[in-house]
Parts: sequence; structure tokens; C-alpha cells
Amino acid sequence: MSIWISIIITGLINYLTRLGSVLLIKPQKLNNTLKTVLNYVPSAVFPAIIFPAVFLNDYGLLVEFNDPKVIATIIAFFTGILSKNLTLTIFTGLISYWIILFF
Amino acid sequence: MLTKQQNFVRGFIDVLPLLIPVVPFGIIFGAIGIELGFGPYVTYATSIIIFSGASQIVFFQLLSAGASSLVAITSSSVISTRHLLYGAVVNQYLGNLSIYWKLGLSYILTDQAFAVSNEYFKKNKNEKFKHYYLLGSGITLWIVWQLTTIIGILLGSIVPEELGLTFTIPLTFLALLINYFRKIDHLIVIIISGILSIILYDAPFKSYIIFSSLVSLLIAYLIVKTRKKKI
Repeated sequence: MSIWISIIITGLINYLTRLGSVLLIKPQKLNNTLKTVLNYVPSAVFPAIIFPAVFLNDYGLLVEFNDPKVIATIIAFFTGILSKNLTLTIFTGLISYWIILFF
Repeated sequence: MLTKQQNFVRGFIDVLPLLIPVVPFGIIFGAIGIELGFGPYVTYATSIIIFSGASQIVFFQLLSAGASSLVAITSSSVISTRHLLYGAVVNQYLGNLSIYWKLGLSYILTDQAFAVSNEYFKKNKNEKFKHYYLLGSGITLWIVWQLTTIIGILLGSIVPEELGLTFTIPLTFLALLINYFRKIDHLIVIIISGILSIILYDAPFKSYIIFSSLVSLLIAYLIVKTRKKKI
């Protein structure tokens, strides 16, 4: 299959995943329970992006507890809880990661 | 009531911190596309046609590792299925828009645009032009992704790998979730999804994201049901 066809198919499917529920679900028809469950979407999806990126190495194996990424994530976590500031949380995490890596 | 322009500008401003990982990631992606031998046109085309960082990287990595087109298409599509959940959430607020708006906004419904818009829509349900917020955040991200892909294609690996800038991706999502950690019901959902994603990491076609999300949403459903019974 030509790479261009593959890209177009992937792009179309990708677009349909974004458009699908917008077109198919009628908000009026969702009951209140389901609407409440949708509040949990960030809590359900984002950890599946965070956890493997922090706790697994490039080979998909669990890292040690004293891994720079784990320590920096813990520091970022407490910074976020205390400061409630998004940008500060990201930068504190990144800077502590660099400090552990380079010093 | 805010004007269209005010909503748009708010979306633009609120998405800015979330661009911290997008900038290095876009450059790295552009450079990887060239390094893996896909050439500038194919590399850039994925940023317009697929427009989803994680899907694009997986697509290239699998093809260059010798996987069939079918495997590459399936894997990058499975990674994208999380957007179905985002669409279901924002649709509650945008249900009355015309089909053209829906077609357009769906294209720019990325993780970052969803994350900020979801919070904004919850707080500003009655704003008439709130869809301009999603437009502002989504277009900003789109432009930055296109530009950084081009920079990566033209300049190559100018982002030193030792800096570990891809680590800003989980940091950004952690920062976005931080307020949910305070609520016990959300905390349960977060921990279950996180642990499942580690356990299911080797599942075929990178399906661990959608599997972990769906199972933890089922747990959320059970929590909501139990609470209702108690009331």
C-alpha cells in the first residue's frame, strides 16, 4: 500500500474518532447518570498517558522508585496540589528532573 | 456575556501553557520523520492529515520497523479512539451548533484543546459563543504543531535528546488533572486507569489507552450509581 494511501486512511479514521460522538450522540438523549460519568473522562484518559510515560522505560519495563522521572513527578504533583498553578507545576517538574539528571 | 472574540482570545491564552511539551515534541517529530527516511513531504503531510502527535509517531515508528501498513493504520487509529470520549463530552455543550461548526471543531479537538475547553464549558455553560473558545485553543495548537513540524523537518534534531523534553508530556497531563486528585471518586478512577495502563501496556495495537479509559469509566459509572442509590 502506498504511504500516501496509508496516511489518508489513518487521517480519516483519526478525524472520524473526533467527529463520531459529536455526530452520533444527541445530548438531549443522554440520561443524567451518563452525563455525570462523562465528568470522569479526563480522570479516565489522562492517567493512561501519564503512568506509562513516568513508570516505564524505553523498553516498556518498570523503572526503579528512585528514577529521576518518578522523583520529578512526585515533586510536580505536590507543587500542583499546593500551588494549583498549571505552568508552575510543569516547570517545577521539568527543572527538578534536570537537577536530578545533571547534578 | 462575552463576545466571539473574547471567547477566542481566552481559549488562546488558556492553551498557551499546554504548548510547553508541544513545541519540542513537534520539532522532535519533524526530525524523526526525516531521520527515519520518510522525506519532508510525507512527514509534513501527517501533521496536516493525521494531526495527532502520538498517532503520527507510532505510525512512522511501526512502518520504519517493517510493520505492514495495516498494523500501522490500526495502531495509530486505536490510539486516537480516546477522542471518541472527548467528543462525547464537548458535544453536551455544542449540540446546537451547525454541522459546519461540528465538522470544523472536530478536526481541532486535540487532548489539549479538549482539556481546557472542558473546564471552560463547565464553568460557562450559558455563554452563547463558547464554541469560539474551543476554536481559539484548537487553532493555536494546530498552528504551533504545523510550525514546529516544519522546524523539525528543516533543522533536524535541534532539541538535544539529553534534555528529556518529552517528559513534559506526562507532566502537562498531570498538571491538568491535579484538581481531580483532591476528590476521592476521581482519585479511584485515576489510580485504576493508571495501573491498568501499565499492566496492559503490551496489549496489541497500543490499545492500552482506550482499554484503561473504558474500564475506569465503568468504575466511575458504578460509583455514580452507588451514590445515587444512597441519596
